[in-house]
Amino acid sequence: MNADAYALPAGAAPPGRSERSPHEAATRGERVLDGEGWGSAAALALEHTWRDRPGLLGWLRTNDHKRIGLRFVVTAFVFFVAAGLLAAVMRAQLAFPDNPLVGPDLYNQLFTMHGTTMMFIFAVPVMQGMAVYLVPLMAGTRNTAFPRMTACAYWLYLLGALSLWIGFALNTGGDAGWFAYVPLAGPQYGIGKRTDVWNNLINLTEAMGLMVAVDLATVIFKMRAPGMSLRRMPLFLWASLVTSLMIIFAMPSVMLAANLAQFDRTFATHFFNPSEGGDVLIWQHLFWFFGHPEVYFIFIPALGFVSSIIPTFARRPMFGHDAVVLSLVATGFLAFGLWVHHMFATNLPELGKSFFTAMSYMIAIPTAVQIFCWIATLWTGRINLRTPLLYVLGFFAILVLGGLTGIMVGSVPFDLQAHDSYFVVAHLHYVLLGGAVFPLFGAFFYWFPKFTGRMMGERLGRWQFTLFFIGFNVAFFPMHILGLAGMPRRIYTYAAETGWGPLNLVATIGAVVIAVSILLFVINVVRSLAKGEAASADPWGAGTLEWATLSPPPAFNFVALPVVASREPLWAREADEPTHVRGLSAQTREGLVTTVLDARPDVRYSYPTPTIWPVVAAITVVGWLFWSAMTPSGMFYGLIPPAIAFIAWYWPTQKETAEQLLLERRP
Amino acid sequence: MIEALHDVQVPAGVQAQAIAHLWQWLLAICTLVFVAVMVALAIALKRAPRAGADAAPDVSSLWRSEPKVARVVWIAVGVSTLLLLVLLGASVFTDRALAQMPLADGLHIELTAYDWWWDARYDDAEPSRIFSTANELHVPVGRPVVVSLAGADVIHSFWVPSLHGKKDLIPGRPTTIAFRADRPGVYRGQCAEFCGYQHAHMAIFVVAEAPDDYERWAARQREPAPEPVTGAQRRGRDVFLGRSCAMCHAVNGTTAQARRAPDLTHVASRMTLAAGTLVNTTSQRAAWILDPQRFKPGAHMPPESFAPDELTALNAYLEILK
Amino acid sequence: MNLRRIVSGPMRAGNDAQAKATRERQTTPGSTPAIRRGDALDVEHLPSYGFGTRSLMWWGTAGMSTIEGMGFALMIAVYFDLKSRSQMWPNEGTPPQLLWGTLNLVLALLSAVPSVFADDAAKDRDLARVRFWMIVFLVIGLGLLGVRWLEINALNVRWDASAYGSAVWVLFGLHTFNVLTNYADSVVVTAVMFKTPVDGKRYVDIAENAGYWWFIVLTWIPIYAVVYWGPRF
Repeated sequence: MNADAYALPAGAAPPGRSERSPHEAATRGERVLDGEGWGSAAALALEHTWRDRPGLLGWLRTNDHKRIGLRFVVTAFVFFVAAGLLAAVMRAQLAFPDNPLVGPDLYNQLFTMHGTTMMFIFAVPVMQGMAVYLVPLMAGTRNTAFPRMTACAYWLYLLGALSLWIGFALNTGGDAGWFAYVPLAGPQYGIGKRTDVWNNLINLTEAMGLMVAVDLATVIFKMRAPGMSLRRMPLFLWASLVTSLMIIFAMPSVMLAANLAQFDRTFATHFFNPSEGGDVLIWQHLFWFFGHPEVYFIFIPALGFVSSIIPTFARRPMFGHDAVVLSLVATGFLAFGLWVHHMFATNLPELGKSFFTAMSYMIAIPTAVQIFCWIATLWTGRINLRTPLLYVLGFFAILVLGGLTGIMVGSVPFDLQAHDSYFVVAHLHYVLLGGAVFPLFGAFFYWFPKFTGRMMGERLGRWQFTLFFIGFNVAFFPMHILGLAGMPRRIYTYAAETGWGPLNLVATIGAVVIAVSILLFVINVVRSLAKGEAASADPWGAGTLEWATLSPPPAFNFVALPVVASREPLWAREADEPTHVRGLSAQTREGLVTTVLDARPDVRYSYPTPTIWPVVAAITVVGWLFWSAMTPSGMFYGLIPPAIAFIAWYWPTQKETAEQLLLERRP
Repeated sequence: MIEALHDVQVPAGVQAQAIAHLWQWLLAICTLVFVAVMVALAIALKRAPRAGADAAPDVSSLWRSEPKVARVVWIAVGVSTLLLLVLLGASVFTDRALAQMPLADGLHIELTAYDWWWDARYDDAEPSRIFSTANELHVPVGRPVVVSLAGADVIHSFWVPSLHGKKDLIPGRPTTIAFRADRPGVYRGQCAEFCGYQHAHMAIFVVAEAPDDYERWAARQREPAPEPVTGAQRRGRDVFLGRSCAMCHAVNGTTAQARRAPDLTHVASRMTLAAGTLVNTTSQRAAWILDPQRFKPGAHMPPESFAPDELTALNAYLEILK
Repeated sequence: MNLRRIVSGPMRAGNDAQAKATRERQTTPGSTPAIRRGDALDVEHLPSYGFGTRSLMWWGTAGMSTIEGMGFALMIAVYFDLKSRSQMWPNEGTPPQLLWGTLNLVLALLSAVPSVFADDAAKDRDLARVRFWMIVFLVIGLGLLGVRWLEINALNVRWDASAYGSAVWVLFGLHTFNVLTNYADSVVVTAVMFKTPVDGKRYVDIAENAGYWWFIVLTWIPIYAVVYWGPRF
């Protein structure tokens, strides 16, 4: 049994505009329920109910998770390229000793903008965006739980990112590093508005991250397809769940830190001022309590990508599925116990530091479990060596190397040499690019047919992979050696006599190759969108539910919500189990809430309808932050517009109430 | 060009030696693991048959366990955990060794890091033997040096790779680091915590010399500045004291006692200027004084306009401050 | 509006076995099973809303509470870190006046009462009772906000006087901000209950609002202890 059950039957018209409004039908007392196949009256009604208005207004008002998810991904990718260009300028500067190309002030802004953009504006949002798109589809439901909140989150994110980059364009970008240590970023030494702009960005991107995390966690807990018990849940959903829960516990820390720093800067509080009883290290504790889990927000979804790609391209379910689940959960917990390893060079007690070495080593074990399970899956499977799998192989090589250098820097004595040197720059890029960006590109190739209905070019994909792999290693491997040769981080230039010149030049050449590979990717995307091979519902022969509907999926995802009877719903079904759900309204946006452990149907849920208020709310919140930055009274008066926007967002209209009452069944 | 050593893998002191030893263990075992994992992956790819997207997947593992494969995975996890424990042991062992290194009869230096230079005060039980210098430390070979670290403005980090790992100088959190140079030589260090504009130009040199040579240097440093002899030198001292130099720089034996900038009492004895940015020659010194912003933009030393003969005189005076 | 019925409502409903069973069923996930019809699972007859963990709003509120709880917990950790590094605490001046803070604690615990009754009323879908107890809640809440204002003036330290002052103000301010937003929230959900007709989901909103108010009340206890008793030990 495969995806055919859900595919469009030959000759049937694709869902299009229906002549009769289902809402009118409802008011006449006729009820149109879902549960039929494609081409039925139900399918037409669903299409009418779920589609967005055309044009700009429809685009602004949408709360279709697929459109919003892609919005996140595309925006994040644009900023990835922008931050990458900044890195190219940095590499150009460092290619030669005493290079006069870039001065210290600009360089400090460059690496701050590069790090801040990559970590806050690209890496976490792109992973969340992919999850926003994929999670409801993989879970077998129609939308996320709080679609208006996720819609709002996007605008907060975009406005935040723009505020940072416009600041940069106006010579007011952050310049204290992506980690903005005080006192350098404090009121006395962080002159101008640069760090204020940075603090503002943190508030906005972290608010976005938290909103999306709450939404995704709720979908995964409560809206999975009937029969998709936790044991049958795909590994990508587990990865998204662990990530979302981690985000909920960790992001408040950096938001608190940024706001305390902002209070020090604006209201003369003394959190970080040692001469008035403050403590400089509190910043580092709060930042890294968030900062270490943060790299796992980026890494764990990528592990989810890998766990989705490998079974498909090894033509078998994941070996050790339960072990991989436990490893993901263990990693999520352990990630909170490592943060001090970013502070080994401070004057914290030595015994405490050793504890964090032990914890840092422990977290390697669940990662090792996953790696061996993946290799076992490939070993016992039948391989389809296409571009997504190539990227996973690249991930193996680079991530394992980066993880091993992580073991090295996890040791306190060695870290005292490697910390804040180019050795760490090498390590972090190996784990972040290897551990997250390579799987991300693999995921792009893998799910591009689902997003767009077209296959990505395979040949160009292989070229891109090869160039990226080679360029990456040429750029970053020499940095290990540079670090051991005494080169510190965040220096805008160095003297020729240090001997750091030749390897820096090699690294710059590698960076150029990376840039070419990214260009190839963009070309591939554009060409594939225009004239790529048309994709069927399931071009890779995969097993998870997102492949059980059209490519791209219609606005309502599934014409009938699937019922699941095994871990790989499209690969294995039980003979006499139900296959789909019927009875949800096709005239209003209805979905199904199920129980947490066993996913038994529980409650019929009415999704909120599209509205402009999330956009307005985001704009008013950003307005509040700016007003507060300009004058203290802005903190209070600036709350009035958001209050109005949020109330309007929530306020149930007569039409909505009438619809609810028509549908209502009491519990 | 200053020939200096700054390599983690070329230790010149007992602490750096211990860390380098640990590094070798880490490198060996991690390389072994990396190769093993890559070989396993390569074999897996090589031996698995190929299949396309339309090949029916093998779902038997959904209801049947795979004990043979599980055993291999368990063994791999077990071996990895064991190796991790070995490395953890090596790390803790090195940690403790570093903490237990003898500090008896140590030389005490108080190092304070400023935006973008290092102030070093050689401490002594006998107050008359205390002296200050900047950006260049001389230490006797074979004797422990205990450096107390204080951050004056933002966080800096003291890092001399061939002697020891680094330690941060954090305002409000004084701490110490101890090292011992076992070979004579010049060792280069650099600030390793981003500290603003000229973080890139905040080097420090540690010159390890035989104990007698060190004592000679220290004795010299304790003396006040030599008196100017020639007319030019005298005029130079007047320029120094009369212009803004004395507002920040101290020269013992004169009325200049400000401590906002490096102590210049024996500036001519140093190899470099501006925390390793320039070699300390007459012409470089003149160029620096005339326009510090040209070499170290953002440094707190303002450019000054001197008449050419003023500058020559000033330089002649500084030349004698050995 | 029959006041006797409304006030005695909680006591009556508490003893009424049938009402109890109904509330039980309303909050138990999966209490109405789907029906198998051939290849399909029929869910047409499933309820369109549920209370407790059956409501998605419960999960969203739980997420929000966790986020804010983490914020409070971390701020308390910051307070104690600063305290551990100070010779004297408060660094200067006197601790906050106990009177208003303790009164606030009492009022907060008191405000939980109408909140719980409104929650019960919502589960019974008793509109008149819901309206009554929410109004009572809002009145007590207003008193609470008033006392907050008096507390602010009795903290006995400025935020820019020392690290102690900064910590006290921010810890206090974080919770106060939460109280304000939740109060505004409560005003809105109450107002909606006066706009007829009222559908089932609005009752769930009242119940969730009450749940979130518990979070506000319970987090005040440790924060009160830290702000008012921290400097006295």
